[in-house]
Amino acid sequence: MSTLVALARAEAFAAGRAQRIATVRHLHIHDRPLVLIPLAMAGEANAPLAVLLGTDAAAPRLLVVSQPRNRDERFTFTAELAAAVVPYLASFGAGGTEAVPVDRGRDVRYRYVDAPQVWVPNPGGADFLRLLGRSTRFRRTDGDHPVPPAVPLLGQWLTFLAASAEVPGSALLPNAVQALGLHWATGQSAAEDAHLGSLFAWITSGAEAARAAEQGPVAGPATDPEFDNKVLAPLIAESSPALVDALRDLLMPTWNRMWESIALLRTLPEGARVQSRWDSDRDVYSAFVTHLEEDGTPQPRRDGAVAAAARLQRLENAAARYAVQRAFDDPLVMAEHRLSGAAFGGVVTLAKADRIDDSGKRPVLRPRIMVATTEPVRVEAGAALTSPARPSQKAKVISVTPTAGGSDVLLELSGGMGRKLVAEPGSVPAVGEHLLLTTLSEAYRPGAAFPDPADTPWTHGGPPTAPASLSD
Amino acid sequence: MNRIDRLRGTAAGKRHNARTVAALTGNPGCTRRAVLDAAGVDKVKLAERIGFPGSFGQSRFALARGNAFEAMLKADDCALLRSTLGAYVGSYEDLGVDEDGTLAARHARTRALLRGAAEGLIDHPLLTLDVAGQTVFLEPDLITHRTGAQLQVVEIKSFAIIDGQADGTAVSAAAVQAAVYVLALRQLLGDDAVSHEVVLVCPENFSLQPVAVVLDVRKQLSTLRRQLSRLASVADLVEALPSSLSFDVELPAPDLVSALSSVDARYAPECLSSCELSVYCRHESDGDTAALGRPVRDALGGVETIGEVLALASGVATPTPEQAEAAALLRAARRLRDEALSRPAGS
Repeated sequence: MSTLVALARAEAFAAGRAQRIATVRHLHIHDRPLVLIPLAMAGEANAPLAVLLGTDAAAPRLLVVSQPRNRDERFTFTAELAAAVVPYLASFGAGGTEAVPVDRGRDVRYRYVDAPQVWVPNPGGADFLRLLGRSTRFRRTDGDHPVPPAVPLLGQWLTFLAASAEVPGSALLPNAVQALGLHWATGQSAAEDAHLGSLFAWITSGAEAARAAEQGPVAGPATDPEFDNKVLAPLIAESSPALVDALRDLLMPTWNRMWESIALLRTLPEGARVQSRWDSDRDVYSAFVTHLEEDGTPQPRRDGAVAAAARLQRLENAAARYAVQRAFDDPLVMAEHRLSGAAFGGVVTLAKADRIDDSGKRPVLRPRIMVATTEPVRVEAGAALTSPARPSQKAKVISVTPTAGGSDVLLELSGGMGRKLVAEPGSVPAVGEHLLLTTLSEAYRPGAAFPDPADTPWTHGGPPTAPASLSD
Repeated sequence: MNRIDRLRGTAAGKRHNARTVAALTGNPGCTRRAVLDAAGVDKVKLAERIGFPGSFGQSRFALARGNAFEAMLKADDCALLRSTLGAYVGSYEDLGVDEDGTLAARHARTRALLRGAAEGLIDHPLLTLDVAGQTVFLEPDLITHRTGAQLQVVEIKSFAIIDGQADGTAVSAAAVQAAVYVLALRQLLGDDAVSHEVVLVCPENFSLQPVAVVLDVRKQLSTLRRQLSRLASVADLVEALPSSLSFDVELPAPDLVSALSSVDARYAPECLSSCELSVYCRHESDGDTAALGRPVRDALGGVETIGEVLALASGVATPTPEQAEAAALLRAARRLRDEALSRPAGS
C-alpha cells in the first residue's frame, strides 16, 4: 500500500465518502459486456447453485440447479450455461478481423476487431469459473457418462477466461470489486472492501450506507450460512418451486449493482494506454479462437516446465508494463512514484537544444537540459529517465547537484527529436517548462529464449512423458 | 471458584479448541481476547447481548458434507481411512466425546493409550496445553496414528484438493490447528515421540475419494511456541483488573460494555473473520488507523488516529520528534494529491 493511497483512505474516512485514487479509467469497458454472477453450494468443491447472467441490465437470465448434489442436474445446468454463454464468447470471432504488421512491417497477422468481456462480482467469482472450467473441460461426450458437446467447450472457454484474469491489465474477465478498488479508496480496510455492496455504497452513498450494506445480500459465490440454514435447506429438501424466486431475490441487488458499477466506471475518461492493453486482449482471444478451430485440445491440468516458465515471464512482463502504463496515463498514479523517489517533477532552467556530440564516428544530436526540482531525487549519474510527455525520448543523468531548496539535475537527451542534427521544434523541453521525469520505462522487453518442450533439461523434470488419460 | 472463572459469572464455560488457540496466537497482543477465552466466556452471546452480533454460523450443507466424508472414511473399522493412510496394522480406538465431569478420566485414558507402544489409530484423544499460564483441555477432532516409534497427527478436512492444489487459507488454517495438536502431544509424550509431519486427508478433485497429503508443520510449530510464550500470563492480567469486573452475559448491556472497556483490545480487520467480538471492537476503534488494516497504518507512518494523520498531512498539527519523518511524508503525499486532483492546497 502506497502512502498516497493510504492517505486517500484516511481522507475517505474523514469525509465519509470514497476518494478518487485515479484521474482516468485504467480498464477497458466493453460496449456489450456479459455480466455473470455465480453462486455455489457450500461445502462442495465446485457445485453450482445458480447463475444470473446476461448482456442487458433489463433482461437478467437465471439458471438454477434445484438439487445441487445431483450429478445429472449439475450437467444439465452446465449445458444450459454453455448454451447461454458460449454463443456470446464465440460471436466476436465472426465480427471481422484487422491486419497487424509484425516483424517491422515485413509480415502481417490478423486479429479480431473485438473480443468478449465477462464481468463477475469479485475475485471469488473468477475462481469459481476457473474451477468450473477445470471440472468440465475434460468431460467426455461419449462413453459411460456422456455430456453434451457444449459442456467441455464451455470448460475450455472458462479456463481461457480465468487464465487471462491472472494477467495484470487484462480486461477479458474483470471483477467489479477490483475494478472499483482500482479507482476509489474507501475509509475501511481492504478486507471489508471485498464486499461489493459495501464498497459500492462507499462510492455512491457514503459510510453509513456502506455499514448497512454489509448486512445485505452477498455477491457470491459463497452464500451466507444463515441463508443456507434458514432459506435454502428447507427449499431444497422440499424440492420447492419457490427456490427460483428465493435465489432471484438474493442475486438481483448484486445484478443491479454490477451494472451500476460498470456505468459508473464508464463515466471516467479512459487512460491513453488502455486501448493498447485491449489490443493485447484481442490478440490472445484471436489466438484462442484459432486454437479451438484448428486443434481444440483442452488446456492441460498443469503446465509443463517450459510452458510454465514462459507463462511466468509473460505475467511478469504484463505486470511491469501495466504498472508503467498506469503511471504514464495518470498523474495521480505517477504521484505514488514521485513520493517513493522513482519520479520527480521540476522546471527546466537551462537548455542547449543544438548540442552535438562529435566524439564518436559520426556526430550525433545530444541536447542537454538542467532541471531544478524541490522533490527528493533518488537517481544517480548514468541513470536513464523518461518523461510521460515525451515517452520516446531518453534522458541520461549526467550529474545531480544539491541546491538550497532541492537539486539541479543535468540531463543529456537522445531520441524522439527527428533524424536531422537539428531537433524538431518542441522536441527538446524549453526553459521554463514543467517536466516530470521517471526511472519507469515503457521500453520493449525482449522475451527470454526457452527450449523446446522436448528439450526440457533434467533440472526441470526432463522432457514431458506422454500425457495421462484425460479423465477426471 | 477462582478469579478467572468468576469473570464468566453463572454461565457454563466454553472450552478451548485448536481453532481458538490458533486465533489467540494470531493476535497475541489482544488482552481482551486472552482474558475472555481464559474465562471461557461465550463471546457469541456476549456480542449479541451488547448489540454487535457477528455471523459465525456454519452452513448446514458444509457440515453435512464434512460429516459424510468423515463417516465414509471411518466406516467398517476405518477401512477407507486405513487404505488412504496405508495403516493396515493395529486397532482403532475411539475415545469419544463426553461431559465436563469425565474430562479427567478421559484425559487419563488418553495418556495411557498414547504412551502405550501398540500400533494403530486413536480417535478423539483429550489433550491439554498450557496457554497463558493456564492448563486448558483441547477437544481435538483428530486421529493419532502410531507408526514405529513416532505418533503422527491425522486431520480429516472436507475441502477439496484439486490437481494437487487446495485453497491456501484452508490449508494454512489446517496446518496451524495440526501444529496445536502436535504441540499438545509433545507436551505429553516428549518432542521425539511426535512427528512434525502431519497427514491431511481431503477429498480429491470433484469427487469424495479421499487423498492423503503430508504437511510439514515445523514453521507453524515454532511460530506457535514463540507466540504462546509471548502471551502474558492471564492470571497477572486478571489480577490487574478491578475485582468487581464481570462478563456474566445475564448482566445488562451497558454494564457489559463498561466491563469490556476496562480490558484493552487490539483490533485489526483480520479479527472480523476469526473473533466473535470483532464487530464491537471495530466499532470501538473507529477512527484509528489500525482499523484500516496493518498495511495502511504502516504506510501512514504508524500514526495512531486518522484525525492525527490528516492534521499532520495538512500541517495543522505540529509533529512530535518521533513523528517528524512520518509528518514529512504525509505532507508530501498531501501536496501530490492536491496537485494531481487540481484541488486547492490545504482544502
